[in-house]
Amino acid sequence: MATLHTRSAARLMIAPSVLLLLAWMIVPLALTIYFSLLRYNLLMPGMEEFAGLSNYTYFLTDPAFFQAIFNTLAIVLGVLFITVAGGIGLALLLDQQMFGQGIVRILVIAPFLIMPTVAALVWKNMFMNPVNGLFAWLAKLLGLQPFDFLANAPLLSIILIVAWQWLPFATLILLTALQSLDEEQKEAAQMDGAGAWSRFIYLVLPHLSRAITVVILIQTIFLLSVFAEILVTTNGGPGTQSTNLTFLVYAQALLQFDVGGASAGGIIAVILANIVAFFLMRMIGKTLEA
Amino acid sequence: MARNVSTGRKLITTVVAWTIAILIFFPILWTFLTSFKTEAQAIASPPVFLFFDWTTENYSEVQSRSDYLKHFMNSVVVSFGSTLLGLLIAIPSAWAMAFAPTKRTKDVLMWMLSTKMMPPVGVLVPMYLMFRNWGLLDTRTGLVIVLTLINLPIIIWMLYTYFKEIPGEILEAARMDGASLAKEIIYVLTPMAIPGIASTLLLNIILAWNEAFWTLNLSAAKAAPLTAFIASYSSPEGLFYAKLSAASTMAIAPILILGWFSQKQLVRGLTFGAVK
Amino acid sequence: MGSITLKNVSKVFGAHAVIPSIDLDITDGEFVVFVGPSGCGKSTLLRLIAGLEDVSDGEIIIDGRNATELPPARRGLSMVFQSYALYPHMSVRSNIAFPLKMAGEDKAAIDKKVEDAARVLNLTDYLDRKPRQLSGGQRQRVAIGRAIVRQPEAFLFDEPLSNLDAALRVNMRLEISQLHQQLKTTMIYVTHDQVEAMTMADKIVVLNRGRIEQVGSPLELYRRPDNLFVAGFIGSPKMNFISGAQAANHQAHTIGIRPEHLVLSKDHGTWQGTVGVAEHLGSDTFLHVNADGIGTLTARVSGDFAVTHGDRVFLTPDPQRLHRFDEKGMAIR
Repeated sequence: MATLHTRSAARLMIAPSVLLLLAWMIVPLALTIYFSLLRYNLLMPGMEEFAGLSNYTYFLTDPAFFQAIFNTLAIVLGVLFITVAGGIGLALLLDQQMFGQGIVRILVIAPFLIMPTVAALVWKNMFMNPVNGLFAWLAKLLGLQPFDFLANAPLLSIILIVAWQWLPFATLILLTALQSLDEEQKEAAQMDGAGAWSRFIYLVLPHLSRAITVVILIQTIFLLSVFAEILVTTNGGPGTQSTNLTFLVYAQALLQFDVGGASAGGIIAVILANIVAFFLMRMIGKTLEA
Repeated sequence: MARNVSTGRKLITTVVAWTIAILIFFPILWTFLTSFKTEAQAIASPPVFLFFDWTTENYSEVQSRSDYLKHFMNSVVVSFGSTLLGLLIAIPSAWAMAFAPTKRTKDVLMWMLSTKMMPPVGVLVPMYLMFRNWGLLDTRTGLVIVLTLINLPIIIWMLYTYFKEIPGEILEAARMDGASLAKEIIYVLTPMAIPGIASTLLLNIILAWNEAFWTLNLSAAKAAPLTAFIASYSSPEGLFYAKLSAASTMAIAPILILGWFSQKQLVRGLTFGAVK
Repeated sequence: MGSITLKNVSKVFGAHAVIPSIDLDITDGEFVVFVGPSGCGKSTLLRLIAGLEDVSDGEIIIDGRNATELPPARRGLSMVFQSYALYPHMSVRSNIAFPLKMAGEDKAAIDKKVEDAARVLNLTDYLDRKPRQLSGGQRQRVAIGRAIVRQPEAFLFDEPLSNLDAALRVNMRLEISQLHQQLKTTMIYVTHDQVEAMTMADKIVVLNRGRIEQVGSPLELYRRPDNLFVAGFIGSPKMNFISGAQAANHQAHTIGIRPEHLVLSKDHGTWQGTVGVAEHLGSDTFLHVNADGIGTLTARVSGDFAVTHGDRVFLTPDPQRLHRFDEKGMAIR
């Protein structure tokens, strides 16, 4: 739909974005690959030497690495499960007629707008703290022993905090999708004798599939890199019980100053993310209209 | 159009929905309430809900002890700066892709999105070292640059989906009417795209305000925005619930309000236009 | 002035030649209609003339000047779009003034020209409204107003009436024809509706698959179609085509006879058949007759002719008005 003139102008206007993103994608990544092949510790400047793949063997044989992979996947899958299931339920509920729907919506959306460090600290101190937390008080009220969430079930606690932050996102998107479902379709199904359950299975769920795909896709991108919540609650501990891949690389780099090792870890994280992204992009390619 | 349901059923739905909504919102409400308590009331057992001596001293104390306003301003500068810079770069690109698409446009858009899939730790080390060498560590400029880059794909995507909705014929009409490319963008495209640009702006300010990987890793005392500042309360000596709550309330209030105003655009922006 | 010549113009999208090659002369002041089914390349051709698309090959000469490489703004043409393409954020006044503002005219001159155009188009009362506050017909007028203020060499219309309802379409058709008589400026008008083409054009260009099938005045096309396509496209209801033995009788591969050139009788005639559906319009009746051994024929008879479903009737073609075509579909004369 365009002439040569507009097309060349267009190329000129796309150039800055493309060049910036290209640089952003290539330069640091190339450096990471380079560093990952060096023995390089910030505490020993000037001692850099070529180390071959030893950083990778070190990282891949570290038991903490497997724990981190497991934790990363546990966080992604755990949060996805809670938010998608909970999001569908909440969306169905909020789609009903009620008094004060607008306010309910606002209340439900709120956690998504909270910065991760605030969310994590509030949960850590004011709810999950075994002495002063509200959960401890509730437990005592019920005659139970207060439970030290972050010490005894650190991973689950983090999953819960992150799920609280992302549940609104899933709900909001699914609710929007739900509201675009044609009322006449539902009425037609009712005329055809479909009960509430079969309407949900055969009408509502297929209609939501696109939105569910989008929720899974976008959340996965962010959940693979959960960081702040771990940093301010458990610091990856106890031990490495709540360390995910992102946090492991961070610790290697900025706590142990091992540039080479951390870079190897970073590359492994990139490869993993690419494997996940490969499948996700195939999904999104069908879902997004470009 | 929706059928009327019986008042009884509506009442039950209302009760259930409100209960769940308040439970979900409760941590935020609790933070807000706690910010007006004394430190002793904040950790009292049994907890006090509404009937305590409301005080605002936590707010003034947070400011006097840790120069809260400085961090607040860091957040403002970093989130607005990165968003505006991003818009400046993205508007021409999105214009070009929406109105002069080629066979590769879709691929370029997908590629831009794919840069969001790169885990930030993959480039943490070189970014940290480059920032250290260039003196960008713990500076607002450095944070603006990083946040612009990480949010650029989202900004372009959002603008693209908004621009796509502007009929190409109107821009062609402007061309027939003798408008140059620059005038076409200034007099026709931009005014028509204002709502889309505004919601893109809003969403990206929210995202940048809450970004907590790069801000935590690349800033310290001087340039730390609120994300990093609040994180300093995680150390044991910072265990003051009331002050933490006051600092948190101030950090989240502006974004809560912005977010509530832009609910609809939120969905669309976060799903790259896939769900409207 | 507004003469436009296309020399060997072609447009290729990828591997697909939308317009293989077209030569066309449009003289100054003519009302030319490009007509054809959707996808025939008529809109593309208009956009090539407008400069909104580049030609792949050939030349476009406007007013004696080679305009092939000129951007749309410098070709001296105005265009009215199918969707009207009004600027939604501007008032009617600003919409009409926009091309003048772009041309850098001074404020007083712009105001005067806008007022004049508004008077001609009955828009004076609406100048301060926004396009969304107007009806479809009014929007159409604003689009026309925006086109006429800059006094172009020629007007281009891209299916301007297709978004209007039937009654309004007839009105606007008339208004555009009147406007042409007033301004005497060249107009190129694209439509898929042969009724619009017949009623408005000085010259019709029938397009099919990117090629010109025939160029001529409405009555020329009606009376002497060059080929099957034009014969079938122009005229409503459509011309009847008969091939086989009946055509061979006339030394043709196919013969064509318009519904209005069939004489109907209850007792004698060339072909016999049974009335299927009778559509009574009042003034006329369209009869769909299942003719024995031929197929369905449409006949247009006077509304006074009493006939209903199932009646046996005879049809006789007017030999003067019979069209003959060879096996390639070209007219035999």
